[in-house]
Amino acid sequence: MRQFRYTAAAAVVALAIGSSGSAFANAELIGMQNNPNDWVMQNGNYANTRFSELDQINAGNVKDLKVAWTFSTGVLRGHEGGPLVIGDVMYVHAPFPNTVFALDLKDNGRIIWKYEPKQDPSVIPVMCCDTVNRGVAYGDDKIFLYQADATLVALDAKTGTKVWSVSNGDPNKGATGTSAPVVVKDKVLVGISGGEFGVRGHLTAYNIKDGSMAWRGYSMGPDADTLIDPQKTTHLGKPVGKDSGTSTWEGDQWKIGGGTTWGWYSYDPELNLVYYGSGNPSTWNPVQRPGDNRWSMTIFARDADTGMAKWVYQMTPHDEWDYDGINEMILVDKEIGGKSRKVLVHFDRNGFGYTVDRVTGELLVAEKYDPAVNWATHVDMATGRPQVVPQYSTHHNGEDVNSTGICPAALGSKDQQPASYSPKTGLFYVPTNHVCMDYEPFRVSYTAGQPYVGATLSMYPAPGGDHLGNFIAWDADKGEIVWSNPEKFSVWSGALATAGGVVFYGTLEGYLKAVDAKTGKELYKFKTPSGIIGNVNTYMHNGKQYVAVLSGLGGWAGIGMAAGLTDPTAGLGAVGAYASLSNYTNLGGQLTVFELPN
Amino acid sequence: MKPTCLRNPLLAALLLGPALVSNGYAVTESTGDYRIFTFSAEEPYFYKDGKVDFGTYNGFRRYHSECHVCHGPAGLGSSYAPALMKSMETMTFAQFVDVVVRGRQQRANFVMPGFAENMNVLPYLHDMFAYLKARADGAIPGATRPAKFPKVDIK
Repeated sequence: MRQFRYTAAAAVVALAIGSSGSAFANAELIGMQNNPNDWVMQNGNYANTRFSELDQINAGNVKDLKVAWTFSTGVLRGHEGGPLVIGDVMYVHAPFPNTVFALDLKDNGRIIWKYEPKQDPSVIPVMCCDTVNRGVAYGDDKIFLYQADATLVALDAKTGTKVWSVSNGDPNKGATGTSAPVVVKDKVLVGISGGEFGVRGHLTAYNIKDGSMAWRGYSMGPDADTLIDPQKTTHLGKPVGKDSGTSTWEGDQWKIGGGTTWGWYSYDPELNLVYYGSGNPSTWNPVQRPGDNRWSMTIFARDADTGMAKWVYQMTPHDEWDYDGINEMILVDKEIGGKSRKVLVHFDRNGFGYTVDRVTGELLVAEKYDPAVNWATHVDMATGRPQVVPQYSTHHNGEDVNSTGICPAALGSKDQQPASYSPKTGLFYVPTNHVCMDYEPFRVSYTAGQPYVGATLSMYPAPGGDHLGNFIAWDADKGEIVWSNPEKFSVWSGALATAGGVVFYGTLEGYLKAVDAKTGKELYKFKTPSGIIGNVNTYMHNGKQYVAVLSGLGGWAGIGMAAGLTDPTAGLGAVGAYASLSNYTNLGGQLTVFELPN
Repeated sequence: MKPTCLRNPLLAALLLGPALVSNGYAVTESTGDYRIFTFSAEEPYFYKDGKVDFGTYNGFRRYHSECHVCHGPAGLGSSYAPALMKSMETMTFAQFVDVVVRGRQQRANFVMPGFAENMNVLPYLHDMFAYLKARADGAIPGATRPAKFPKVDIK
């Protein structure tokens, strides 16, 4: 199996291209992401592998891990994302009100600066699934914060003073910010949240020097809006044709069509392409929006300089279940079917694990990564379309009909919690949900800034089991689960794999767990003060490796489960396992940093 | 007959309908036929054999697409907005309409927007009120999807 070393080659390419000051930030970041001492972007590197070369903490000694220090964010609610580490400084963020702290690693986490934006609290009710924020980005000596009110702020990394800010959307119309920006070359890329408010999604690039807009590509609309070329942009190898972003919609529904872009963004410096997915079409009532609803639920490959789409692949045409396609795209070079390929691996909310040729957009593998998945039998590899089972089609069953027993639930076999890839084992480590649902669509009307949902859902554990989650190892070539550890609750924390042969993740009860990368055997666990929906990272400071994670229950999982997830068929199952999460943990934002004893 | 519960013990004692214990509450069943039930501020929902009228069920649906983000599933509350079970015990329909239409701001980070322009809320205020009253009375236990009588078309 090939290890990926394309990043080093790409750094040279980027330097060669760099004619303006613009490319310096890019070259700087390409170098920094390869320095395992730092954790310079939310998912570790542009490829979103969440893998670290550090091996001081390894499968042999991880059992001795202990808490080095802790830090309270002072905020309740869901803490997604994680801290960045650059040299001697750690940058920690919080959910609304989106406080950012710069902590001095040389001085036991002393606060160097703190930034707290002034935001209108009326943004809170227009955030669909808790007031989460998935973290800050670094580039060009700036820290980029994407606030709940959709304002993107550039802070001086040394002082925390505001350099510039720009509004990326109108919260009065339901547009909010939850995602982590990514710095690519001389631009910073941000998406938009608000699919439950009829917001039309877009990915937008701002120039890092002054915050001016460089390009914006919408998920749907005319070609001029979507930055799609009818001839050159392809879907599974074929040109998409004119105005593909409106032709599969009825009337003007595309204008409030959703397809928001609230997940993660990957970048391949060699191909100069940015990869991300779009979310659910709006409303959740499929009967009100006939057609394939392109390009919601789509993987996009866009040119980093111009935003032009090179290829697209729609995973779930005409969504009927809220299976947003926004989960991370993990970029690896691997042998697939005996041939070395540049691929993108993506674990979609819809329960299929996709392996796609990231150069051409060719679909290589699409297999279920949770055996419970039942809404489709399989993905037709020629058309790329999932073969939907009529019993679980909420459109087929119709408005005001409660379709039952659909797996996965709307929160997906996996939500935004990012997976990890270890080039040492060649395996992907995936935090998953093992939850099914009843889904009843009904008619809604659109009012700007008001919820535009149109369905009620009940969620409960998948049949035959007494657990709501699994942490799995996945073979992306074969499309097979290698091992699977059941978890009492959904695993809503981002994973970390290291060269030490250890994989880390957090649980909703609040445990940080370390497992053996080869076998999945649990090697260590520690219960932090609150449920973990943050992503684990690792860094080296003064020659010592640390592991860090944010606790703070909330997010979509926390909202529902903390208040008591109930199962209409609970009498048939193991009732004890459905016990409320609130019996296990409580709200509270805290960073916990782990180390080996001296 | 009007559905009641033990928060009005005198009235409950006078009623002869069978008392069901549901989630710790004793709920009194409605009498009569769901097909002739109509909403009123005093008698907002119909409850019999563990089932509620369609309007109350619609209130469950509408609540869970508009309100639960802040007020939690089934009115259980969250750190952004209070649980509704207690306040719904005493809140009148007129007070309910006033709060939902105009909104409310009490302390920092506790903002309820006005829903006057929301056509997924305004036409169904009575259904949402009925649902929350049924929750407060214990006729609908927890965050489950309530069992319902069929929709009755007004002739």
